[in-house]
Amino acid sequence: MSDAKLTAVEAPPARWGLLAEFESVEKLLAAAEAVRKAGYTKFDAHSPIPVHGLDEAMGIRPTRLPLVVLLGGAAGCAGGLLLQWWTNAVDYPFMISGKPLFGLPAAIPVVFESTVLLAALGAVGGLFVANGWPQLFHPVLRSERFRAATDDTFFISIEAADPRFEDGATRALLESLGSRAVEEVER
Amino acid sequence: MATAPVLLDNSHEDPRRRAPLVLGEPDFGAITEQVCAIVEKPKPPRAWYVAFGISLTLTGVLFAMIGLLFLQGTGVWGLNMPVAWAFDITNFVFWVGIGHAGTLISAILFLFRQRWRTAINRFAETMTIFAVMCAGIFPTIHTGRPWLDFYLLPIPNQMGMWPNFRSPLLWDVFAVSTYFTVSLLFWFVGMVPDLATLRDRAESRWKQILYGILALGWRGSGRHWHRYERVYLLLAALATPLVLSVHSVVSFDFAVAQLPGWHTTIFPPYFVAGAIFGGFAMVLTLLIPMRAYFKLENIVTTRHLDNMAKIILATGTMVGYAYAMEFFMAWYSGNPTETFVFVNRALGPYAWAYWTMVFCNVVVPQVLWLRKARTTPLALFVVAMIVNVGMWFERFVIIVTSLSRDFLPSSWGMFTPTWVDLLTLFGSIGLFLTLFLLFMRLFPLFAMAEVKSVMPQGGLDIGPHHGHGQYWGEIPRQHETQFAEDDR
Repeated sequence: MSDAKLTAVEAPPARWGLLAEFESVEKLLAAAEAVRKAGYTKFDAHSPIPVHGLDEAMGIRPTRLPLVVLLGGAAGCAGGLLLQWWTNAVDYPFMISGKPLFGLPAAIPVVFESTVLLAALGAVGGLFVANGWPQLFHPVLRSERFRAATDDTFFISIEAADPRFEDGATRALLESLGSRAVEEVER
Repeated sequence: MATAPVLLDNSHEDPRRRAPLVLGEPDFGAITEQVCAIVEKPKPPRAWYVAFGISLTLTGVLFAMIGLLFLQGTGVWGLNMPVAWAFDITNFVFWVGIGHAGTLISAILFLFRQRWRTAINRFAETMTIFAVMCAGIFPTIHTGRPWLDFYLLPIPNQMGMWPNFRSPLLWDVFAVSTYFTVSLLFWFVGMVPDLATLRDRAESRWKQILYGILALGWRGSGRHWHRYERVYLLLAALATPLVLSVHSVVSFDFAVAQLPGWHTTIFPPYFVAGAIFGGFAMVLTLLIPMRAYFKLENIVTTRHLDNMAKIILATGTMVGYAYAMEFFMAWYSGNPTETFVFVNRALGPYAWAYWTMVFCNVVVPQVLWLRKARTTPLALFVVAMIVNVGMWFERFVIIVTSLSRDFLPSSWGMFTPTWVDLLTLFGSIGLFLTLFLLFMRLFPLFAMAEVKSVMPQGGLDIGPHHGHGQYWGEIPRQHETQFAEDDR
């Protein structure tokens, strides 16, 4: 990036976006669907519980995390097999009780455990990466009202960075959807 | 909250509709208040201090006994040759067994879409974590030489040696440590939304920082919930075979040996059923007093107790079947040593332990056939306590009677516990309770987000849904409302 471009960057807008409060699951679902149909892409819903049908209403595509879990499981399976074969049959062959140095049946319990372990670590690691955890600050957390999002209230946030975002129109849309209160959130 | 009289017994079956899972028709805010109050009260109730004082003292005793063991060696215990495993491994199997209820409730009941699990899953998972911690102590100290524990792990070392992967004892290391790790992940991921609730309600600075960090920045985002639910489902699917595998592998420690009384193929299912049996008994032991003390009867309803009692009855019956089948096989095998070992169990010097076990695990749980016993908390508490004792004796009987009299009468020997053995056992109970009491004052003991999601306002029955909380099976909502109208 050239210096000219760097200096051309303006101070970030003080406003992050709008936060609209809803009182029930039904209203949240209807509003999420309307916001998506109005063409917004940088918006999110916030709820104290997992809301059923929200994925469809918001148009969220299925996550690819199951693939990460599969890869983790495959790595654990291969790693568990290799570890046992290499340590007991190659690097330190040690005859005990006349058992073969490496036998698949005796290797299965450890292979099973390492498969489950890496698959689970893949699932949770993938969740952390995909959700951007830990992200200790987010503009919506500035809002005093938003504290109820983990208690009993539902919210929709629309970012000012959304190409369709317009001062009056976006607020009017949210209000028309039955929002109890719409507030501006600072960056 | 509504002060209207609440019907507290929801255990009656009405096939036309589902029984409510949360009683008194509270709103979401009331659930948050009720659960957070346990943590947020400036001072815990006096009973908490008493319980904490006792358990902390016992924890001190545990560490003193471990210190004595490390200083003097395993001679401070009563074990000997031939009984080289006694209280140490009995306690290990006992605690690992208790650790099975948590992941069973959180994973298997989740896959079976049992909505009622939401009220008790956090409680049981927490218990699992702490029980497995207590279990982990015993294998690491049981040689009296903890500085050699690294032999258990495949760590490159100066001796050029590797652990022997053909031994069930090593499988056990992998099974228990994987179980602990996966349970911990499951428990923590499940707790993130509730930690965010505590963060948003926190008033003091240190609580805001503590919960703020632990909540990872959770803001209930629909996109986050989507991935969260998918991961929760995957973890449940992974944890389900894991639960069954852990006690199976623990049972291999015995079943793969050639000792009569251990060398049997019934052990894996027998141990798993026993673990679930004992685990649920421990859940009830802790849950019933807490439910009464904090007035949580509307969340942990009579129906929950009834369901858990039914699981205890079912698994207890499986355990009873296994006891009988061991005797049948001893006779049917025609192996004189095997037959002797079982006759010796029932009539030999440890007969008192054997019949204590049968009484506690097979006879007493039969009262749970009575609905009245399943729905009376006090009766259930007494049964659960007896089962806890019985399950400890089961492991003692399996381990000690088999070792004390095997093939050669010349190598027989008796085991008598020393005071160090006994104090170590009681100390481990103290450690378990100490951790639990600390947890209940710092973290949400009930999964608020999940309880809310199975309430009517949660909109569980709106639209298609995959994963978390998809419990409703094939019953469309319309039927319920239709019947409700018929009733009017």
